[in-house]
Amino acid sequence: MAEEVVLLDFWPSPFGMRSRIALAEKGIKYEHKEEDLRNKSALLLQMNPVHKKIPVLIHNGKPVCESLIQVQYIDEVWHDKAPLLPSDPYQKATARFWADYVDKKIYEVGGRVWKTKGEKQATAKKELIETLKLLEKELGDKPYFGGESLGYVDVAFIPFYSWFYALEKCGNFSIEAECPKLIAWAKRCMQKESVAKSLPDQQKVYDFILEMKKHFGIE
Amino acid sequence: MAVVKLFGAWLSPYCYRVIWALKLKGIAYEYIEEDLSNKSPLLLQYNPIHKKIPVLLHDDKPICESTVILRYIDEIRPQNPLLPADPHERAVALFWIKFADDKSPLISKLFRTDGEEQQAVAKECFEMLEVLEEHALIGGKKFFGGDEINMVDIAFCSVAHWLGVIEDFAGLKIFEPHKFPRLNSWIQNFKSVPVIKDNLPDTDKMLVLLKRRREILLASKSS
Repeated sequence: MAEEVVLLDFWPSPFGMRSRIALAEKGIKYEHKEEDLRNKSALLLQMNPVHKKIPVLIHNGKPVCESLIQVQYIDEVWHDKAPLLPSDPYQKATARFWADYVDKKIYEVGGRVWKTKGEKQATAKKELIETLKLLEKELGDKPYFGGESLGYVDVAFIPFYSWFYALEKCGNFSIEAECPKLIAWAKRCMQKESVAKSLPDQQKVYDFILEMKKHFGIE
Repeated sequence: MAVVKLFGAWLSPYCYRVIWALKLKGIAYEYIEEDLSNKSPLLLQYNPIHKKIPVLLHDDKPICESTVILRYIDEIRPQNPLLPADPHERAVALFWIKFADDKSPLISKLFRTDGEEQQAVAKECFEMLEVLEEHALIGGKKFFGGDEINMVDIAFCSVAHWLGVIEDFAGLKIFEPHKFPRLNSWIQNFKSVPVIKDNLPDTDKMLVLLKRRREILLASKSS
């Protein structure tokens, strides 16, 4: 039976980007369906009735929800190419810990950087830099979080790089000045076709954020 | 023989998740009780990022975050698997474990809030229970794991035990058996499993500690 893979997605979503990268790393052909989040499709509501969110991966008609779960699923099912998780249980646990850390911190703190101003924004910027510095420390001298090749944590984290320009403009600060090694890592990832093809243009993301700010009445 | 140590706190559901998994897998371990108001240097050394329990130490290597620990335990001791073997079924199980992880903090938030804020949290808790009743427990299974408990059952322990105790303490009524029949069956089944029944924090002791903690909380809020 031919494999049928569909990804319900929304172009600026860093969570959608994770699955795009994983599918590209494995060379999987899939149908990409762009969702209008103000007018969600019947398919999305059927496939993710609990959260009604993207991304949703649909493999032979069966849905997988939550981006990191999708990445793990893709890694398991298409295990013969470009493994993303290490095979050693302890190294796997370490990778899961850091992907969980990215999940807990980056989106929420980053969100506060563009959604707030004044003192709240200053606090958010400080927290974001602290978080990024911790990740930079974990990376150390490795080319990727996964070691010599792109791994699970790289896939979990690199999508947020496409939002850095927008956050820097909104917060009037430079992430590269504070975390040069991290930016070097990001640019290294961007040299991979699977990543470059999956991340949107940073200016486009900034324009999107500006529209969101207008829509929510944030100055 | 590899040495396994668990840093925990007797009131924490996340700590019990790990205890049950270790017992189900027959893994011997040394338990170290942490005083969360005075964390030990060892705990801070093993979990510098979050400074939280539980922390599992295996051959002096720390593993943090209860769900990460559960998956590690499941992988190093494959007998009595805690997750389905089929990739899609496993993805569904992981989805519900994430749901449990994301929503469980609401239950302790019930304890830490009052007035309007508590009412809002209570509403969110109710909605969480509705989702479980409607979406997670379909198919008439005894447990999330089928005939035996698995990682999903373990992940929802806060709903099975801690919610009831906090409701009693705070004088709330969020979970009502007639409103959540499937969930009610699951709770009874889960708490009857020997490894769970024999390893649950005593309700009376919990109420005493919760009362003391609440007094400290309110005192610090007003000061």
